[in-house]
Amino acid sequence: MSVTANTTLRFDEEQAMIMDVARNFCREKSPISAVRAQLDSPLGYDEALWREIVQLGWTGIALPEHVGGAGLGVSHAVAIAEAMGRAMLGTPFLSSTLAGQLVARATPGLRVDAFLADVAAGVPATVALQENPDWGSDACDCLFDDRGVLHGSKCFVPDALAAGWFVVVTRHRGAPALALVRAEQLPEGAIRPHTLVDETRRAATVDFTGVQLEPEAIIAGDQVTVALCDHYLLGALLVAADACGSAGACLDTTVEYLKTRKQFGKLIGSYQALKHPCVDILTGLDAARSFVYHAASLVGDGSLDRDAEIACRMAKAQATDALCQAGDRAVQFHGGMGFTYECDAQLYIRRAQWSQQQFGDALHHRKRLAVLLLDQ
Amino acid sequence: MSATDQELKEFRGQVSAWLSDNKPADPGFLLPQSFMEVGTEQQLDFLREWQYQVWNAGYLGLAWPREYGGGGVEPVYQNIVDQEMRRHGVPICFNVIGLGWAGPLINDIGTEEEKARYLKGILTGEDIWCQGFSEPDHGSDLGSAQTRAVRDGDDYVINGTKIWTTLGNYAKYMILLARTNPDAGRKYDGLSFFLSPMHVPGIEARPIRKLTGEYGFTETFFTDARIPADCLMGEEGQGWKIAMQTLQYERGAEAGAAGGLAFERIVIDDMIAQLRDMTRDGEPLLSEPVVRDQLVRLIMEEKAIALGDKRAAIAPLNTDYPFSLQLSNKLRFSEYARRMRQTAVDLQGAAGSLYVGDEQARQGGFWQRAYFNSFSATIGGGTSQVQANIIAEHVLGLPK
Repeated sequence: MSVTANTTLRFDEEQAMIMDVARNFCREKSPISAVRAQLDSPLGYDEALWREIVQLGWTGIALPEHVGGAGLGVSHAVAIAEAMGRAMLGTPFLSSTLAGQLVARATPGLRVDAFLADVAAGVPATVALQENPDWGSDACDCLFDDRGVLHGSKCFVPDALAAGWFVVVTRHRGAPALALVRAEQLPEGAIRPHTLVDETRRAATVDFTGVQLEPEAIIAGDQVTVALCDHYLLGALLVAADACGSAGACLDTTVEYLKTRKQFGKLIGSYQALKHPCVDILTGLDAARSFVYHAASLVGDGSLDRDAEIACRMAKAQATDALCQAGDRAVQFHGGMGFTYECDAQLYIRRAQWSQQQFGDALHHRKRLAVLLLDQ
Repeated sequence: MSATDQELKEFRGQVSAWLSDNKPADPGFLLPQSFMEVGTEQQLDFLREWQYQVWNAGYLGLAWPREYGGGGVEPVYQNIVDQEMRRHGVPICFNVIGLGWAGPLINDIGTEEEKARYLKGILTGEDIWCQGFSEPDHGSDLGSAQTRAVRDGDDYVINGTKIWTTLGNYAKYMILLARTNPDAGRKYDGLSFFLSPMHVPGIEARPIRKLTGEYGFTETFFTDARIPADCLMGEEGQGWKIAMQTLQYERGAEAGAAGGLAFERIVIDDMIAQLRDMTRDGEPLLSEPVVRDQLVRLIMEEKAIALGDKRAAIAPLNTDYPFSLQLSNKLRFSEYARRMRQTAVDLQGAAGSLYVGDEQARQGGFWQRAYFNSFSATIGGGTSQVQANIIAEHVLGLPK
């Protein structure tokens, strides 16, 4: 079997419609001035705008209908993530979608409707996963004792200040488990925000020590292990989609400048030294979008198979590398202007640094792809 | 009337069986990796015989009219043949300028007389065709062609030089782009298109020795060469339009090409297979992390090309940069192919320094030769650098 064998690519009318609506909405509601207005706000987004997003049904798009979702699956969230990335619109959309998916996938047949209904209804949720910067580490010292009291903290928890729900990754009888924690259960001062390179994003260290878990808030069993593996892949896919959007916006910003800026009597965009790297970025982005929508064609509600895993990893490796290149060249090609905070290139290079480090960088994914593709 | 799935399935079975029975044995000498590399009589005879056999079995020109040697059926049948030929790894059908350029053109806009005279010989391989577009001073800028054609009685008198004439020294006919009116307002309007004989006094095809050490192209000199006036296709001044039309047929049987393989396809799996038994520092080469990372990057490139072809057909996924995938296809594919082959040579250790002819060369020097040959695609048909300019200007809208 060829290493490039599966080239499934499907995109139906419903997805096209969602993409169209999402793009128009994000373009209209999130111009760069609105993005900049949120850079130093505590939550990083406009709560009125979030309510509109909830009204559009995006928070429930991937969740089942019996909890108030649209039942369309995570594949339909991909086009929304891309549209939001294009508009640099930071909201808890990625965090909530991923938290909803993790819990829904870890609990087939179980009743976690209160949690999922809240997520579908727009209560921000987030997954508290990492305890160190290594995406390949499965270290987990955030554990609960015999009385159901949590001890330990998590870092890089996205949208922690906004979250109404935390899905804490913990362990039970030696195997991965999830604990559902409401924001009001956290002790005073438990959330300490990080200073992120990407000022459109928010994340924090969260200390869960002392939180008393309800027995029904603990999700354990084999399915949690599978769902957690899928969580890493779906996270990679949604960040990749978001990064594709940002890379496109970044390239457009650079190209617009090259078309208007004159030096030595010529439009600088006529110089091949600037043209050709723009084409490299375009072809890199084209490859990334192909991987993203290929992956979206392969992820269903069940556990992800080998081809889906390959697709998600390729999407992430390609998309964030493309965005890093786009952001880097955006700064350089804007010349002196590019070195200023005022220039929008800074938004994209910062987004690029953030995206590269979510759910594993390109090297992380290529290393795992090598095992999947070369060690048969 | 469309063929049913069942009919097509049965047809595929017949083709596959015929190919299994008739796939030629290894001839014991190096075969060309594409139609642009036929350099010896031995190779020519072998490929001519193979093409004749394919046609004779009814598997070439399936969508061309029956009265001119074709099969008179829908293109889908030819596509099935081509897919099966690819799968069985049979040799190429070498007369590509005839099968894929001149033939479809004559089929579309030729006179009855031209069709009767030329088409069957293209399919059987008896009449080899070459192409006279590029010139030494103008590379891929075809609009600037300077070769002159001057009407003199019942003849045109041709003077000038063409280069990169594939099969030029073996060809009986050439599709020739020449300037009939040097004073035309637009340079394109001064060009005319000819179906020119090659075996007339004043035409000399001098083989060009390539980077690989092999032959396959000629530089073709016209010195007061007289060709009959009825070789003119269409009318004077239509040369540019007809030449552009000729380039449209590359897209396969639906577009009018006769079919058959023009290239030996080399994929990443072939490369990985040859690396499996190699070592580095005494360990399997494929366990080396740096090598693994390099290979995954290449696999991703090849896969992205295949996915891009599919995505190009899905309109809502192409709204940002319309025609980006189509216009960058040649650039992406040729540059990938070159880098993949280069890597395949790089990783061979000391064997990477051997070449075709050395008995210890891996696979007879296959990858070394393939690497050098890959430049034909990054240079021919507009260099990668010119392609990047086209994409920058037409897709991104950057100024000239």
